[in-house]
Amino acid sequence: MFSYLFLTIIVMSAVAFFVGQATGKRFAAAGDTPDMHSLPSYHGAYVAVWVGIPSLVLVLIWALFQSSIIDSLLWSSLPDHLTSGADAANRSLLISEIRNVAEGRIFSEPTPEVLAAAERLNGWQALVRIAGFVVVLAMMVAGLFFARARLAPRFRARNSVERFLDGFMVLCALAAIITTIGIVVSLVYEAWAFFKLVPPQDFFFGTKWEPQIAIRSDQIAGQGAFGALPVFLGTLVISVIAMLVAIPTGIYTAIYLNEYASKRVRQTVKPMLEILAGVPTVVYGFFAVLTVAPAIREAGGLLGLATSPNSALAAGLVMGTMIIPFVSSLSDDALNAVPRSMRDGSLAMGATPGETMLRVMLPAALPGIMGGVLLALSRAIGETMIVVMAAGLIASLNVNPLDSVTTVTVQIVTLLTGDTEFDSPKTLAAFALGLVLFLVTLGLNVIALGIVRRYREQYE
Amino acid sequence: MTDTAVPSPGHAPSAATLARRRRRYAADRRLRAYGIIAITFALGLLATLVASLLVSGYPAFTQTFVRVDFPISEDLVDPADPAEGNFRKIMQEGVSTLIPGEHSPRELRAMAGILTNNTQFLLRDAVVADPSVIGGTLTMKVPVSDPFDQLNKGLVDRNTPEDRRRLNDTEIGWFDALADEGRVSRSFNWGLFTHADSRFPEMAGLKGAIVGSFYALLVCFLISFPVGIAAAVYLEEFAPKNRATDIIEVNINNLAAVPSIVFGLLGLAVFIQIFGLPRSAPLVGGMVLSLMTLPTIIIVTRNALKAVPPSIREAGYGVGASQHQVTMHHVLPLAMPGIMTGTIIGLAQALGETAPLLLVGMNAFITSPPGGLLDASTALPTQIFIWADSPERGFVSRTSAAIIVLLGFLIVMNAIAIFLRQRLERTW
Repeated sequence: MFSYLFLTIIVMSAVAFFVGQATGKRFAAAGDTPDMHSLPSYHGAYVAVWVGIPSLVLVLIWALFQSSIIDSLLWSSLPDHLTSGADAANRSLLISEIRNVAEGRIFSEPTPEVLAAAERLNGWQALVRIAGFVVVLAMMVAGLFFARARLAPRFRARNSVERFLDGFMVLCALAAIITTIGIVVSLVYEAWAFFKLVPPQDFFFGTKWEPQIAIRSDQIAGQGAFGALPVFLGTLVISVIAMLVAIPTGIYTAIYLNEYASKRVRQTVKPMLEILAGVPTVVYGFFAVLTVAPAIREAGGLLGLATSPNSALAAGLVMGTMIIPFVSSLSDDALNAVPRSMRDGSLAMGATPGETMLRVMLPAALPGIMGGVLLALSRAIGETMIVVMAAGLIASLNVNPLDSVTTVTVQIVTLLTGDTEFDSPKTLAAFALGLVLFLVTLGLNVIALGIVRRYREQYE
Repeated sequence: MTDTAVPSPGHAPSAATLARRRRRYAADRRLRAYGIIAITFALGLLATLVASLLVSGYPAFTQTFVRVDFPISEDLVDPADPAEGNFRKIMQEGVSTLIPGEHSPRELRAMAGILTNNTQFLLRDAVVADPSVIGGTLTMKVPVSDPFDQLNKGLVDRNTPEDRRRLNDTEIGWFDALADEGRVSRSFNWGLFTHADSRFPEMAGLKGAIVGSFYALLVCFLISFPVGIAAAVYLEEFAPKNRATDIIEVNINNLAAVPSIVFGLLGLAVFIQIFGLPRSAPLVGGMVLSLMTLPTIIIVTRNALKAVPPSIREAGYGVGASQHQVTMHHVLPLAMPGIMTGTIIGLAQALGETAPLLLVGMNAFITSPPGGLLDASTALPTQIFIWADSPERGFVSRTSAAIIVLLGFLIVMNAIAIFLRQRLERTW
């Protein structure tokens, strides 16, 4: 239905454009060209905007809200004995049953109430279809006549169209802000609901994380089932391993490329390192499971160490590989930003390239490198697929890299895949974890970007 | 810079000086070696990754087939209604002709296991497509089931003790007999691209995932491309330099660094919970991806706009164009190659994104490709995730093959982006 509506709107807007343009051309042909304010195409665009945009906005709003509006209408039309005392799960079950029946997919004999509701639903949907077309068409025709009537040789069509474009561009620029607000509001809202069920101190300092069990035996919180400390600890363990891999590798790489490498080596190695950052994380996850984890397990076996099949070491090592290019390219940028005179001065004093690098360049570039490291750390904390595939699911308080640990992102994915109900603490816990994750990574990013920016200004 | 200590005339450098210089040079060489080691380590891991994927993935690009003659008797299929035949029975009869001799029902069942579990549906489709075979014999190349496929590809060690193998000696004997008869063939696995997902590795393909990814990327492009360009044009060309603009800028930079899974949470809470859009739909997946791609597109578009020299704008103003006309008619077209390059790279990132799609349910088990934006579907990366989780051995190589296909798409997209940059982008 919506595709037809969109098509109608596009066709009508095109028609409107040509109508307006033709009017504009008539003005121009009438002879008094010097008095004409805007080009004919702006007249066309003006009419098209008035025809297309209001109806488009209406259709989009309707498309976004129609199913929830119809559902609540449907719900309130149901007899009391079906609706009273039903929770959200029952509600969605019943409504999807009615929808299925209405579309002719009948799995079991429906009750008379459901049949009646399905008929009502079909009636409404037919009505909405017709009404939608009528309303949208009426709006477009009204827009056409309104805009057409305003056209005149002296009419400032260009200014109007440009004002509309300005508005559109501002709206688009605000999209980023709206997204951020959307993230914050939805996370805070769901996390708030969670903290009403589970006190924050239990969540942040509890040492027992067993969200799955809490649902099955109907025990909510209180039992310490939502203590996220082991989850945070696991995230920290894996991130630290990843950083231990990525920081030395990344910085030594940057040093070599910056000081020792010939131009040709630099031009080959840099893009190849960038590939490491471009490989999708799900690929790294599979690589960890397929190659790295078995290798580590075998090595552990040879050394006589008990190694879990999904050890933190495997996940951390692969994650470290992924973030090497972040560290190396940001460190390289920082080293490049150090004024050449400092380097030349040091070399002129007889220092070796290595001494210049370690005693002059590196200290001068340190803030920039720190910024890069913090950005990489935030990347590691927020990374999901590698740990979902290669790390464990059970939360335990240990820091042994050969053991299995779980992370915040793993828990979010496990809690939210499959069917989710928005009033169970299990689902809400994922949003509370998401809020913590968002705040921590945001904090790291803000600090890192701040350092990088201040540092850049210092040398400009 | 190799010989910095210039000896003064008449004085040979003392032994201490020489020793110190040797130490300093050694330190320099060590640093250089560390750098080489670091680069070798990073690139070595990359090489290991590619090699292990290729080694584990290449077998999945071929599939073993066995040629079977199925007697299609009219007792089992009604020519008037071929779709309703007893194809299970036909399959069993076809299988029993494979190995000569009398077989117990139990053996027959085991022999049917040579063929894929979906054989009866393949038969049904073939008969429905060509009802004239009813009453005759239908010769078909049927994909063999996963264990036999592995056997034929040499991935099963015949020397392992029988009780630790999935196939016993009798089954291997049957298969070898078929191979000796020339019934077994191995050819390129087109099914990998023409089938949707399946529980059986030999029947599982990527069509559903590719179509789902295409729809999601289409939505992502339709939203993020116009919105991103408009936002960038506003910020770069029109916005007053004030606090509000600063806030938007900082915001965009921070948004680009928000973990992808948080976008998935947003999509789940807003698009699915509040707006009531269907779970698993490419529309929702595409909308979430577009939010993530938006900052990338805004940033590259701004850089492309910055690269257009001011003289172009001033020339435009000089002949009386309005600011909008200068931007739309001159600056934006000149910046377009750069914008396109950045957009393709942004879309390539979106194609590889997995976590947000998992949260909005685009990891559904769907055995037919989605027909539209609102049908439940998977995407390439989520399909990889599903297969990676599947226990059957055949899915290990399928997962690697799917990854190779995904990486192939990414390489093509990036190659197009690089090509565009080199051909169209001009330096002023």
